[in-house]
Amino acid sequence: MLQIIKLTVNGKPCEIAVDRRWSLAEALRQALGLTSVKKGCEVGECGACTVLVDGKAVDSCLYLALWAEGKSVVTVEGLKSGDNDLHPIQKAFIEECAVQCGFCTPGLIMSAVEIVGEGRVYSRDELRKLLSGHLCRCTGYENILNAVERAVREING
Amino acid sequence: MFDFENIVLAASVEEAVAALSANEKAIVISGGTDVLIKIREGKLAGCDLVSIHDIPELHGVRLTEDGCIHIGPTTTFAELTNSPVIMERIPVLGRAADTVGGPQIRAMGTVGGNISNGVTSADTATTLLNLEAELTLTSPAGERRVNVNDYYLGAGRVCLDHAELLTDICVKPENYQGFGGCYIKYAMRNAMDIATLGTSCLVKPGKGGVIDTLRLAFGVAAPVPMRARNTEQALTGKSYAEALEEIAGLVRGEITPRTSWRASREFRLQIAGENARRALEAAWAEAGGEV
Repeated sequence: MLQIIKLTVNGKPCEIAVDRRWSLAEALRQALGLTSVKKGCEVGECGACTVLVDGKAVDSCLYLALWAEGKSVVTVEGLKSGDNDLHPIQKAFIEECAVQCGFCTPGLIMSAVEIVGEGRVYSRDELRKLLSGHLCRCTGYENILNAVERAVREING
Repeated sequence: MFDFENIVLAASVEEAVAALSANEKAIVISGGTDVLIKIREGKLAGCDLVSIHDIPELHGVRLTEDGCIHIGPTTTFAELTNSPVIMERIPVLGRAADTVGGPQIRAMGTVGGNISNGVTSADTATTLLNLEAELTLTSPAGERRVNVNDYYLGAGRVCLDHAELLTDICVKPENYQGFGGCYIKYAMRNAMDIATLGTSCLVKPGKGGVIDTLRLAFGVAAPVPMRARNTEQALTGKSYAEALEEIAGLVRGEITPRTSWRASREFRLQIAGENARRALEAAWAEAGGEV
């Protein structure tokens, strides 16, 4: 059964028809073509589907599309600047070789956006905890931590 | 796509309880981190849902003039941890909520769901038992109040009637003022794991370094979260040093955990004793008790 929902995605107001049984991840991928949102475990363990809903990083696989009515959603597609340049967090991931197969990357970047948005610097241990809702199947955690640490330092340091 | 039939998005408590009374097989969904996984696994496949996800009156932490702390059941774990009222008055509850899952789960899962799904490993349940939290259950017929220690009926079951909704979790000042607290989650991983054993301790020091009031609760030591009342009673009035010496033995004589794939009964007994001692130590220190 389809239902129209109104929400803001990556800064643009939009109206989309969603199946009432869809997750937000499905709505973003299928109705809006935002394929940076990965469907991994689909039970909230891997974090590959992480997006920001009203500024908070959530697993969009465990979030009903209907709940997004009236809310603001941000995905990696929403990070590029007006001149199509990459976001400083994306650049930090490249600089630190934090991307291997890339499947976990969009989710991690969205968590990093939330972390950096707090406007403060974190210890390595704090960052480990803040990123603990993500699994990297290539096990490239050290470089991911380096990248987030770099982004936090460059933006908030 | 999730395998459920219908969903009612309730905008108020009234709408939610009306939707529940109108449909015998409807299930309440709040944060979704438990119910949606059960639907995915097929355990709840084909169910009808009543969503209380966006009911403002069920959300947030409030301190009233009488010193009572009212926690809205749809308050997320992260909101609980970051609430100034909780940080200042019941920091142990915020720290316990901060051990659930990972950051994204804590931004979605709710404290009401944590206790209402009746799971023994629930990280906030043991501390709420120790805080003697008073629950308000609302149905079309009205409201009733139940102490959280009487909420659990058995594994996965709480005393909510079908058309009833948990609408408030209230912690009274006499149950947090003067107490120090500690929650220890024992799990295989530091994140994204379910407790092998949860230990929560609240202690209020009395004059001369004696235990005035002790509250001790365990998760995964029984089918539902439980208080270790014999241990609490045995140590009340004892000196802190004596209590520290005796607590592990008393706990091991009182609780009867089971063997599961996560850990054996013997292992759980071992860590329950040790973590009770450590939790008492940390809670005592937080309360500023004499050593």
